[in-house]
Amino acid sequence: MNATWSRFNISSIVLGFAFLYLPIVLLIVFSFNESKLVTVWGGFSTKWYVSLFHNQGLMDATWVTARVGVISATVATVLGTLAAITLTRYTRFKGRVLFSGMVFAPLVMPEVITGLSLLLLFVAIGLDRGFFTVTLAHITFTMCFVAVVVQSRLVSFDRSLEEAAMDLGAPPVKTFFQITLPVILPAIISGWMLAFTLSLDDLVIASFTSGPGATTLPMKIYSQVRLGVTPEINAACTILIAVVAIGVIIASIANKRREVQRQRDEQAAQRG
Amino acid sequence: MKSLGSIRRDFAPWNDPSAKPYIQFDKVTKKFGDFTAVNNLSLTIFEREFFALLGASGCGKSTLLRMLAGFEEPTAGRILLDGQDLRGIPPYKRPVNMMFQSYALFPHMTVEKNIAFGLKQEGMPAPDIEKRVAEMLRLVKLEQFAKRKPHQLSGGQRQRVALARSVAKRPKVLLLDEPLGALDKKLREETQFELMDLQQELGLTFVVVTHDQEEAMTMADRIAIMDKGEVMQVATPAEIYEAPTSRFVAHFVGNVNMFEGKVAERAANTTRITGATGAQIVVENAADTAKGADIVFAIRPEKIKVSSRKPADAVNALEGEVYDVAYLGDMTVYHIKLDDGQMVRASALNAARVSEDPLTWNDRAWVSFRPDAGVVLTR
Repeated sequence: MNATWSRFNISSIVLGFAFLYLPIVLLIVFSFNESKLVTVWGGFSTKWYVSLFHNQGLMDATWVTARVGVISATVATVLGTLAAITLTRYTRFKGRVLFSGMVFAPLVMPEVITGLSLLLLFVAIGLDRGFFTVTLAHITFTMCFVAVVVQSRLVSFDRSLEEAAMDLGAPPVKTFFQITLPVILPAIISGWMLAFTLSLDDLVIASFTSGPGATTLPMKIYSQVRLGVTPEINAACTILIAVVAIGVIIASIANKRREVQRQRDEQAAQRG
Repeated sequence: MKSLGSIRRDFAPWNDPSAKPYIQFDKVTKKFGDFTAVNNLSLTIFEREFFALLGASGCGKSTLLRMLAGFEEPTAGRILLDGQDLRGIPPYKRPVNMMFQSYALFPHMTVEKNIAFGLKQEGMPAPDIEKRVAEMLRLVKLEQFAKRKPHQLSGGQRQRVALARSVAKRPKVLLLDEPLGALDKKLREETQFELMDLQQELGLTFVVVTHDQEEAMTMADRIAIMDKGEVMQVATPAEIYEAPTSRFVAHFVGNVNMFEGKVAERAANTTRITGATGAQIVVENAADTAKGADIVFAIRPEKIKVSSRKPADAVNALEGEVYDVAYLGDMTVYHIKLDDGQMVRASALNAARVSEDPLTWNDRAWVSFRPDAGVVLTR
C-alpha cells in the first residue's frame, strides 16, 4: 500500500468532509453569533442559548417531542418485538410471506403517503387530532424498524437455550422472560433507540397527524424558519446535535469496552 | 456361542426375562411432513443402563432423544418411562434432563446460576440449592469457576458445566446429545471415562446419542445401531463387533472383510462355502443357513493372519499378493489382493519391534483364518 499523502488524497478528504460537515459547522458557529442576522458575524455570545430557554413555544415543543418519542418508541418496541418473534418462530402459518411483507412495507413507504393515509383514517373515525394521534402515527411507522432489528437478532438466536430452560423445568412464559428476553435485550434496546430517534426527527408524518397543542420540535423549527432563521433556532439545533453526538459516543465507548473485556475473558479462558 | 458379555460384571438386565424395562419405545413412528424420521421402532432400556444410540446423521437417533425429552411428540406409538405413558407431558414436567450438543449454557448467567436454574424451577429452598450447586461444582472440578460466565470458560469447562447443570436435578434419565462432539480428541478420551464414572457414582440411566462408534463402544453397556429410522441391532459393544447380525452393522462398526458365496455343504458344526470365484472356505457359526443359500462371511482384519508361506495347519488359507502396507506404529495394516481379485484387509499387532516375517509391496502372501473367526450373514 502506498502510504504517502499525495495532493490528490488530501484534497479528496478535505472536500468530502467539507461536503458532509460544513453545513453543520456553520450552524454551530452561528449559534454563538452576537448579531441577530444569521449570516453576519457580530462577535461571540451565548445569549441565544439563554433566550432559547425562555422561549416558551420552543420549550413546549421540546417537551411534546420527548413525550411522543418515549411513549411511541416504547409501544413500538413491544409490538415490533412481538411481530419479530412471530415471524421468526412460526414459519409455517398460512399467509406468512404476505404478513411479513406487510410488516416491512412501511420501511419503504413514502412518508407523505403514510402521513396522508393516517390523516384520512383519523378524520374518518372522528378522532380529534393532537398528542394522541401523533403518538399513534409514530408507533405505526417505527414499529417495523424495531421488528427488523429484533428479527435479525432472533435469526441467530440458539433455540436450544429455550429448550434447555424448558428441559430444566421452566414453563414457556418463564422461559421467555428469564432466557429469551435477557439474551435478545441488546437488540431490543437498539430497536427502541432507533424508534426514538426516528420519532424525534420526524416532520412529515407529524405535520399530517398532529393538531393544535401538539406541535413537535421539528414542526416548530420548520414553521419558525419559514418566518426567517433566527440564531435561537441555530442554538436549538446545536443542542440537538450535541445530544445525539453524546449518545453515539457513549454507545461506541460502551461497545469498545465490552469488546476489550470479551477478548480479555477469552484469553483468560484459554489459560484455564 | 462363547460368552460375549457386558463389560460391567453382573449387570445384564437385558438377559433377565423378569427385569422390568425402564424406558420403552413401543412401535414409535415420527414423521416430519413426508419424511419418516423414526419408523415403527421398538426399544427397551433398563434402569442404570448406559445406553448409546449410534448411527450416521439423519438416521433418527436425535429425533428419538428429542421425543424422550418431550420436544417432539411421536406421530404414532407410545413412549413409557417407568411404566408411565409420556404422551402429552411437556418437557418441563418430565423427569428427564438433557445435555445439549451445543451445551446451551445461558450466556447471561454465571456458572453457578446456570447450575442452579433447574433447582430454582422446582422451588428448592435457597440453602439447599447452594449446597447442591457446590456439590455439583465439586463433582465436575470447577469450584473456582463458579462466578464466571460461560464465555469466560474453555470448551472442556463449558462441557462440564453443561453436564453439571443437567444432572443437578437428579433426573431419572439423563439424555446426552453428542456430549463430546465439540471436544478435541485427547480431551474426548479423558471425558469418556469421566462420564462413565459419573454414571456409576450417581446411579443414573444414561441415553447417549453419538455418531462416533469408538465413543459408543467405550462408554455404553448396550448400543443400538440405527439406520433410516430403524434399529438394526441392539447389543453389547462386544456382540456388535464380534457378532453383527447384518452387513450394515458389520460395515458400520470397525473394518470388515466380506466374502460372498453360497453354502456348499453343511456338517454338524461347520459349513463349507464356495466363493463367487470358486475359492472354498470352511466356517462355523452358520446355524440357520440352508444348502445353496446366498450368504456373506464377514471377518474382522485382526482375525486374519498374513504370512509369506502357506501355514501348515490352517483350515482356510488363500493366496494373493501384497497390494498395500501401512505401518501405524502399534500395528501394521496389509491390503492383500487375492488371486481371484478380492481385496482383503488384515492387521497385525506389532508385538515385537522387528517383524520375523517382513512383507512388502508385491510380495506373494497367504492369508489364513480359523473357521470361528468370523460370522455368516444372510442379510
